[in-house]
Amino acid sequence: MTTSKAENGRNLKEAIIEGLIWFSGISAILIIALIFIFLLKEGAPAFVNVPISSLLGRRWYPIEDLFGLLPLLIGSLLVTVGAVVIAVPLGLITAVYLGEFAPTWQRELLKPLIEVLAGIPSIVLGFLGWVVLAPLVQNMGASTGLTAFTGALILAYMSLPTIISITEDALYAVPNEYRDGALAIGATQWQTIWRVVLPAARSGIVIAVMLGIGRAIGETMAVMMVTGNAANIPSWRTGLFFQPVRTMTATIAAEMGEVAQGSVHYSVLFGIGIVLFLITFAINSLATRFVSGGDGRATRRRAQL
Amino acid sequence: MTAKIHIHDLSFTYPDGTQALRHINLDIQPQQLFVLFGPSRSGKSTLLRLLNRLSDLLPDTQRSGDILLDGADIFARSVNVFELRRRVSMVFAIPTPLPGSIYDNLVYGLRMAGIRDQATLDERAETSLRQAALWDEVKDRLQDSAFALSGGQKQRLCLARSLALRPEIILLDNPTSGLDPISTAQVEQSLYKLKQQYTIIMVPHSVQQAARVGDQVAFLLDGEVIEVGDQSRIFVNPQDQRTEDYVTGRFG
Amino acid sequence: MTRQQSQKVATVLVTAVAIIVILPIFLVLVYIFAQGWSALSWEFFTQPPRNGMTEGGLLPAILGTLFLTLGTAVASIPLGIGAAIYLAEYAPNNRLTRLIRLAIVNLAGIPSIVYGLFGLGAFVLFLNFGTSILAGSLTLGLMTLPVIISTAEEAILSVPSEFRIVSLSLGATRWQTIRNQVLPHALPGILTGIILGLSRAAGETAPILFTVAAFYLPELPKSIFDQTMALPYHLYVISTQVPGMPLQIQYGTALVLLLIVLTLTLVATVVRTIMRRRRQW
Repeated sequence: MTTSKAENGRNLKEAIIEGLIWFSGISAILIIALIFIFLLKEGAPAFVNVPISSLLGRRWYPIEDLFGLLPLLIGSLLVTVGAVVIAVPLGLITAVYLGEFAPTWQRELLKPLIEVLAGIPSIVLGFLGWVVLAPLVQNMGASTGLTAFTGALILAYMSLPTIISITEDALYAVPNEYRDGALAIGATQWQTIWRVVLPAARSGIVIAVMLGIGRAIGETMAVMMVTGNAANIPSWRTGLFFQPVRTMTATIAAEMGEVAQGSVHYSVLFGIGIVLFLITFAINSLATRFVSGGDGRATRRRAQL
Repeated sequence: MTAKIHIHDLSFTYPDGTQALRHINLDIQPQQLFVLFGPSRSGKSTLLRLLNRLSDLLPDTQRSGDILLDGADIFARSVNVFELRRRVSMVFAIPTPLPGSIYDNLVYGLRMAGIRDQATLDERAETSLRQAALWDEVKDRLQDSAFALSGGQKQRLCLARSLALRPEIILLDNPTSGLDPISTAQVEQSLYKLKQQYTIIMVPHSVQQAARVGDQVAFLLDGEVIEVGDQSRIFVNPQDQRTEDYVTGRFG
Repeated sequence: MTRQQSQKVATVLVTAVAIIVILPIFLVLVYIFAQGWSALSWEFFTQPPRNGMTEGGLLPAILGTLFLTLGTAVASIPLGIGAAIYLAEYAPNNRLTRLIRLAIVNLAGIPSIVYGLFGLGAFVLFLNFGTSILAGSLTLGLMTLPVIISTAEEAILSVPSEFRIVSLSLGATRWQTIRNQVLPHALPGILTGIILGLSRAAGETAPILFTVAAFYLPELPKSIFDQTMALPYHLYVISTQVPGMPLQIQYGTALVLLLIVLTLTLVATVVRTIMRRRRQW
């Protein structure tokens, strides 16, 4: 049972390979740490050089050194809230349909189609929003078609695949005995779903909604193309959702190309990146809390969406 | 005759706290078929998996006591566990060919041990197939998928795959559980010949099989060795009431 | 309303909503095909844009996207598969592993524009790669990592554990077992995940905005340190930044991008189906 020379060579080779595998394993932690560090490195000066009161201001006008983030935050908020209000009911009901009503042949047809939706590049949806949807919205009576509502509509469809597939997983995880039990005591299928299945799948549905929000808040290109990009705080009087807005993501995308490296404007854009990073980090970490321990199938599924 | 395997005060606990083995002491002689029998969850399979350290795969288990193979501790730090598993080879309850051809299965262990010489591989493949009484049935289709074989053939292939490594000890964990009576008889027949050359430790399918094939037998219950001795004595004249109850079918 | 009636109303409602969700997807695909089809021609695929991009083809953008996708593959596949092997085969159930999983979920959740910022800060500026294919590929590669890790891990876990135990019982080492019994059988799933990940990367715009994408660059890149055009950014440019752009070219560009991405998705599905059929157990 002693070790031969050839085996020593093999042991060394395997030790190296297993070392590399270990390194790949922990690389995810390193990468996320590096992302945060580089955002801080470029973005921290913003929080030093621009007074907080100015960052909380109501005007984003970089040429005059006005870096009020409020309109951008409100823009992101409006678009995201709008998207969630549209996408959550649609997504939940579609998942219920796929999971509880649809015959197998429809499921086999519809699920790939939803996967296709997840695969359509956001720039293509943005393009369609720009040339087709925006004129339609304008015809509805808005002064322009490029509004928070237009962005919310597109975002809603972009977050639907996330919401649908995670909700469906949650519904699938509800044991069939629950359904049989409810049906056996005379509940209709609809009552069974509403009173038994959905409550049992509650935590999965919460995760679905949270990740849908995460998806919506981080989307860039489509939103940039259809929301009009005006850094104004929309007023209630003229219809909150039917005015142009500008989101945090779109601000970075639109302005980073034109700023001088190292300028205040440049670091403020990175600062917005920090805010986005923290928001999505909080959403995802919180959603992970909901699945016990944060490991297993659910986590893997989420990383694929 | 010195024991091939000497088990001294061996205890083993699974991560969930189940104590699978309690203070086991056994001596297993070479060139014999040693049978470990007892009701399910009595610790037989756990003991088999300790003998070639497949038990290492489970994290957070606890073990105390020793297993000596030819007088050397198999849990010593200096032991090459892969070498140990070639010396102490295992056949499982469910015949599990690896994906690939019959030939690939036979030489898998050898290739992993770094043997590349084609003549050696061919020779070992043929010899081990003959030992497992499978040669005549598959000699013309060694390159076919191993999954195409019947259940009994698969299990003999698994036996041959272990034999190709020229082990000293063969562990058989209920190797005939899924087989029909004819295939079972074929496997038992091969074992009868093999024990002249190897030390075989087997968990049998039934008390009847234990009585048919065993030279020495040990009766295990709840992780303890209740009784050990010659097959003829244990089944005809058990000393312990529990052994008697079990072999006469009163429980288990 | 009786219970039967409410059941009926509910069924109708649910079906209607499913249609509301599904129909637009279908319409989007059909509409882009219908509008963009006439733009497709030999010239469209083989010529650079001309005359302020209002004529000519897409060659540099198509090739740029191809190069970026290849670069993404190189950057993400080894690390992604390595991490998947670690999680599926080695990782103990401890705090570090939970931290790794948390990191992967968060990597998947970071907005693509933030990846773009990171790529600018880390690759373009700090490592001084400049605005280049290298910087863009690395950025896209990191973004693709979570998809590859999670699909590959799933594929590895789906390999029956008996094969591992048998292999180890025959004296194979852990790595030999992974190399010979696990990876070959997990390959279809891993490949599917890789292709899906790459199809996402091919369609992304935000991460390449500041790291590689060129507004207009008819010459092809000569090295990985050159800038390049890319289809998604090109679509953005011609639809919003160039006045008087013929709609037909815009739709044609959208169609080509969609075709590339959907073809990759289709290939992934076909690979999965074929390899599954060949599976022996």
